[in-house]
Amino acid sequence: MTTLTPVLTKNWDTQGSFTLDGYGGDYAAARKAVGMDPDAIIQAVKDSGLRGRGGAGFPTGMKWGFIPQNDGKPHYLVVNADESEPGTCKDIPLMMANPHSLVEGVIITAYAIRANYAFIYIRGEVLHVIRRVMAAVREAYDKGFIGSGIFGSGYDLEVVVHTGAGAYICGEETALLDSLEGYRGQPRLKPPFPAIAGLYAAPTVINNVESIASVPSIVANGADWFAGMGTEKSKGFGIFSLSGHVTRPGQYEAPLGITLREVLDMAGGVRAGHQLKFWTPGGSSTPIFTAEHLDVPLDFEAVGAAGSMLGTRALQIFDETTCVVRAVLRWTEFYAHESCGKCTPCREGTFWLKQVLKRMEAGQGTEDDIATITDIGDNILGKSFCAFGDGAVSPIHSSVKYFRDEYLKHFEIGGCPFDPAKSTVWGVA
Amino acid sequence: MTYAPEIRARLEADAKEIISRYPKPRSALLPLLHLVQSEDGYVSDDGQEFCAELLGISKAEVVGVSTFYTMFRRKPAGEFHVGVCINSLCAIMGGDQIWDELTEHLGTDEATPDGKVSLERIECNAACDFAPVMLVNWEFFDNQTPTSAKQLVDDLRDGKAVSPTRGPARLCTFKEASRVLAGMPDGLAGEGPSAVGPSLEGLKVARKNGWEAPK
Repeated sequence: MTTLTPVLTKNWDTQGSFTLDGYGGDYAAARKAVGMDPDAIIQAVKDSGLRGRGGAGFPTGMKWGFIPQNDGKPHYLVVNADESEPGTCKDIPLMMANPHSLVEGVIITAYAIRANYAFIYIRGEVLHVIRRVMAAVREAYDKGFIGSGIFGSGYDLEVVVHTGAGAYICGEETALLDSLEGYRGQPRLKPPFPAIAGLYAAPTVINNVESIASVPSIVANGADWFAGMGTEKSKGFGIFSLSGHVTRPGQYEAPLGITLREVLDMAGGVRAGHQLKFWTPGGSSTPIFTAEHLDVPLDFEAVGAAGSMLGTRALQIFDETTCVVRAVLRWTEFYAHESCGKCTPCREGTFWLKQVLKRMEAGQGTEDDIATITDIGDNILGKSFCAFGDGAVSPIHSSVKYFRDEYLKHFEIGGCPFDPAKSTVWGVA
Repeated sequence: MTYAPEIRARLEADAKEIISRYPKPRSALLPLLHLVQSEDGYVSDDGQEFCAELLGISKAEVVGVSTFYTMFRRKPAGEFHVGVCINSLCAIMGGDQIWDELTEHLGTDEATPDGKVSLERIECNAACDFAPVMLVNWEFFDNQTPTSAKQLVDDLRDGKAVSPTRGPARLCTFKEASRVLAGMPDGLAGEGPSAVGPSLEGLKVARKNGWEAPK
């Protein structure tokens, strides 16, 4: 049986956990790091096996290692705190309750990649979280943990908290960079990758909040400690965010490889009197799963092998009262709304998917429409400028795969077979 | 029309401080547009002109950016800008019903004539474990029902004190909130809880069972 491993969430139930005192610290890990050889820190993070917690799962230490050294250019660290993937809700409570873990991670990471400037790009729609992170950065400045000659070393670091303005696409790393430079947030062609030409065309590391916040614990406890948790290729712990039709939704910090069955057991199961119908392992951009996937280890490899992606561990649970076509339509409307418009397959494809799905959900479609949405999906998947397009197709293809009959049922009866009142929180069982 | 001299001087002082944080001035454009909203409640023509002038770029470039981001409004927001999450999970958990009942209750899906409340259908705001979720001036109002939502907007219109679920004791106005988004702290970070409800469920299970990360 897998047990929970609170590290980042450990102090969330204490008063003032968001202050330096509540963090319990004097930034001992950052202090230690600044006395180390930067390459040794990169090596330790490589050895720990930490992989990006923002969805893609790229090895964090390897990403840091791509930054050219002694190139005479400024280097930048950018934290992606633009958490917006539907279902994903871990970085927001983390920054609300424990912003110092992020700020300490920023110091260590910036030092390791030899950056003197770091930016924390937070989505704009989370006012109190922005206050908390700004206050944590301020506290760190006041203590001399950020600024010039930090911890009495010769190392200088400026940290800027930057606020976005409502654009899901800015979670895509190169779109985020354009946004941070003051432009429309549209993705850039890669290569060159940000490690070579990122912010202001200089070498840049972009990491997710949870990835960076995990770094102090690795420096403090060692790479082996971190690698001792999780599975062979998906090491360490992560926050699993459980939402939807469950008894006790919430944040469950566990080693990678835990199963949905285990998390659900801890959370009191699917809401009383109901059964699991479908779920997302890592947000709406990851193909949906069903009850047959309850025992898939939630790590990068096993979820991939089962036909989806671990993504951000955003476990959205839907019970049998939920119309899958309705859920997919709404996600598709989201993608159509958020498509940045740069490339044709995504801009046009999501627009047409929305039109066709609307008709299907209203019961006015035909079986041919299933072929149509599948076809449109095939013309987006792998043909878009960035991963947004692939994400938009995930709910389409996976819902047709597992719930084709439910689409047909809509056409048969000329409407939606479900009563939306029953799936609400206050709905009668 | 341009800003009155005293407003202009105040905005310019703030803007210059914001610009100084960045290695390149143009990076300050999004914060500056939030600053404009803190004055006008939307990205006014004057405000966009102001941004262009301070950053040394054309107004067309500013408009090209402001129109890309949904938080930058073409029309003034109410004193309280109310968002209802209608992304799949919140919608299914009751967000759709909340939106329907709320707009019917207010007789509008845009803004009330008294300028108190404006409405928006918002996308996922990273609080799914608190579904159905609403936001007012980007503060969390978690676990809403149609009844609580209607009560909330009534209280806002009546000038009654309203507290976010996870935020400061007093709710800021839209303009005050926009100033924080521009990067100007309001001193309220210390108010409100560290974490509540669902944010603590996993930790509670761990504590109850004596589970910890390895030493």
